[in-house]
Amino acid sequence: MAEEAGKALNSHTLSVLVENKPGVLTRVASLYARRGYNIDSLTVGVTENPTISRMTIVVHGDENVIEQVTKQLNKLIDVIKVVDISPQESVDRELALIKVSADASNRSEIIQIVDIFRAKIIDVSPKSLIIETTGSGDKIDALEELMRPFGIKEMVRTGKVALVRGVKLTQFDK
Amino acid sequence: MSAKESERFSGAKSLIKSLEYEGVDTIFGYPGGVVLPIYDELFDSDIRHILVRHEQAAAHAADGYARATGRTGVCLATSGPGATNLVTGIANAYMDSVPMVALTGQVATNLIGNDAFQEADITGITIPITKNNYLIKDAKELPRIIKEAFYIASTGRPGPVLVDIPKDVSTSIINYEYPETIEIKSYKPTFAGHPKQIKKACELIEKAERPVLYIGGGAIISGAHDEIFSLAELLMAPVTTTLMGKGAFPEDHPLSLGMLGMHGTRYANYAIIDSDLLIAIGARFDDRVTGKIESFAPNAKVIHIDIDPAELGKNVKVDVPIVGDAKMILKKLISTLKIKLPRTQEWMRKIETWKKEFPLDYEVSGKDLRPQYIVQQLNELCSDGIFCTEVGQNQMWAAHYIRTKKPRTFISSGGLGTMGYGFPAAMGAKVGCPDKDVWDIAGDGSIQMNIQELATVVENDIPVKVAILNNMYLGMVRQWQELFYNRRYSFTNMKGQPNFVKVAEAYGAEGIEVTKKSEVRDAIKKALKSDKPVFIDFKVTREENVFPMVPAGAAINEFVEYGGFR
Repeated sequence: MAEEAGKALNSHTLSVLVENKPGVLTRVASLYARRGYNIDSLTVGVTENPTISRMTIVVHGDENVIEQVTKQLNKLIDVIKVVDISPQESVDRELALIKVSADASNRSEIIQIVDIFRAKIIDVSPKSLIIETTGSGDKIDALEELMRPFGIKEMVRTGKVALVRGVKLTQFDK
Repeated sequence: MSAKESERFSGAKSLIKSLEYEGVDTIFGYPGGVVLPIYDELFDSDIRHILVRHEQAAAHAADGYARATGRTGVCLATSGPGATNLVTGIANAYMDSVPMVALTGQVATNLIGNDAFQEADITGITIPITKNNYLIKDAKELPRIIKEAFYIASTGRPGPVLVDIPKDVSTSIINYEYPETIEIKSYKPTFAGHPKQIKKACELIEKAERPVLYIGGGAIISGAHDEIFSLAELLMAPVTTTLMGKGAFPEDHPLSLGMLGMHGTRYANYAIIDSDLLIAIGARFDDRVTGKIESFAPNAKVIHIDIDPAELGKNVKVDVPIVGDAKMILKKLISTLKIKLPRTQEWMRKIETWKKEFPLDYEVSGKDLRPQYIVQQLNELCSDGIFCTEVGQNQMWAAHYIRTKKPRTFISSGGLGTMGYGFPAAMGAKVGCPDKDVWDIAGDGSIQMNIQELATVVENDIPVKVAILNNMYLGMVRQWQELFYNRRYSFTNMKGQPNFVKVAEAYGAEGIEVTKKSEVRDAIKKALKSDKPVFIDFKVTREENVFPMVPAGAAINEFVEYGGFR
């Protein structure tokens, strides 16, 4: 058990193909709630096949937790395939919208930072602006930190979406 | 009509036809507003409908029927309260992996979500306690969904599947055609074990000197009892079963250790602790079995055979996990094993010593009416019967003293521990196996949780026999209060018990009261001779305890030592 406790709590990204049916998200979410697994983020959207949706779930835990999460997900009848893509080379992105306090005195400073981050300003008003940014979670965290002194009024993040690089596919061959 | 022909039927008639195709002969149910179209079709059907007095009993009866027969049990309830009353029964079936299809009525589709009269989101409510569930929105989907429901409920690791049927789906007219095959791309259970893993298991088994077979309910579901018998004799290895695994190996066999765990025999628990190889078959390392997990089989390599991959490595570290059907895997394993002479002579000698030193026992002398004695007499006088149990002390005494010899003859609520389970489950078992004597071993607390089913068994001529071990306490809770709460019997003393004999008679059943040890056998014989349901009210010693006992969270060889009993 000492060995178990010593295991690092790593972040894992699970790519989960599910039937595109009502109630599936509830089943997945309720499984996490019931078994006490800690979800960092969960995104869901339809795939190239309209009958199938893909969930990208980021979950923290040691190897045992990740193994149980994967197995319990696989038990759900509507879950077609679960792949832990963390060990594979993959690309991942997150989208965030950040509404920042801004007026004439600091607008240009904000715009400079936004440019450095290759983010976009998608709404401007006399007292605020909204920044749209995509990228890794770290990049969004960094931008958020830099905006904080100006005053973040509201913010929304989508959570991570991810795909394995190259020709390899997460097909439904379960 | 063949399944291929298409006819125009209502959703309700389509449902009944589909159930007939699935070979359903009995439904346990209770009518109500939105299931009227289904009940109207049932009226003309050959399917036997048993009208229970509470929906919870319908689910437990379907569960008992399924466990006794191996077929899928079916229960039917109306929407709202009818459906929610099934919930405990469904959860019970889920925990013990029982194949069940629960059919519920739902308000019409245009009312769903409007808080309509008798509306409940039963698919939402039962997500965590069903293997899968469906809300049928379009009557055209009904035949496929029913086919899927029965397939999912009965294959892989079995479990309950709920199908919620809105009233307008029941009344819609469709072109009915029952599908012959199904294809669920996301559901493909593994049956054959991986050959490499089986080979690895064989290597471990061939080296083992102190192996133990640890058998759970999965072995019974798989029908693996013959293979377990062969493996045990081939290895000359002792066999211990969980509560759910009782019947997977004959308990009168010299290799049997009985049950393990919290109320396991001393020798079973000692064998587990001392073993060098544990062969777990269809068992899930429940906390009532393992106790303190770090101390469970500390020196043993573990081979774990289970059809549910999620059980492998869930609670204990496994050296050789094998996913698949226990019977198929064991067949392969036995044929691969190279064992000329078993290496367990010394091990078995050690176990024999433990068996002699620490037998299952209780205070036998004197005239006191001990519950253990009653169960022993039931075991002797009705050795070919089916025994269901309620939950609590009665259940553990039954587990200790009913020496189960065949699978599907000991039926008990293991995972959920549902008081009120045994009586309706016995009703279901008797309906499924009418030629067997079916007993419910009950406590005075548990029997009152579904006592209304006396009406059902009398009306439907289901002559189950109920042995009430009446100590006028919630016995197991009282035992814990005695041992761990300084005898502060907080609300476990049930002073207001009814006269069970008169209750039975009031419903048209037979009642027998037994107060003396000398009356026990005659009462049992009289009950067996009767063609009616019978309650025997055994007024037993009030403060009898279940021993052996390991406190929750302790290692399984750390038994409670109390009053000369251990």
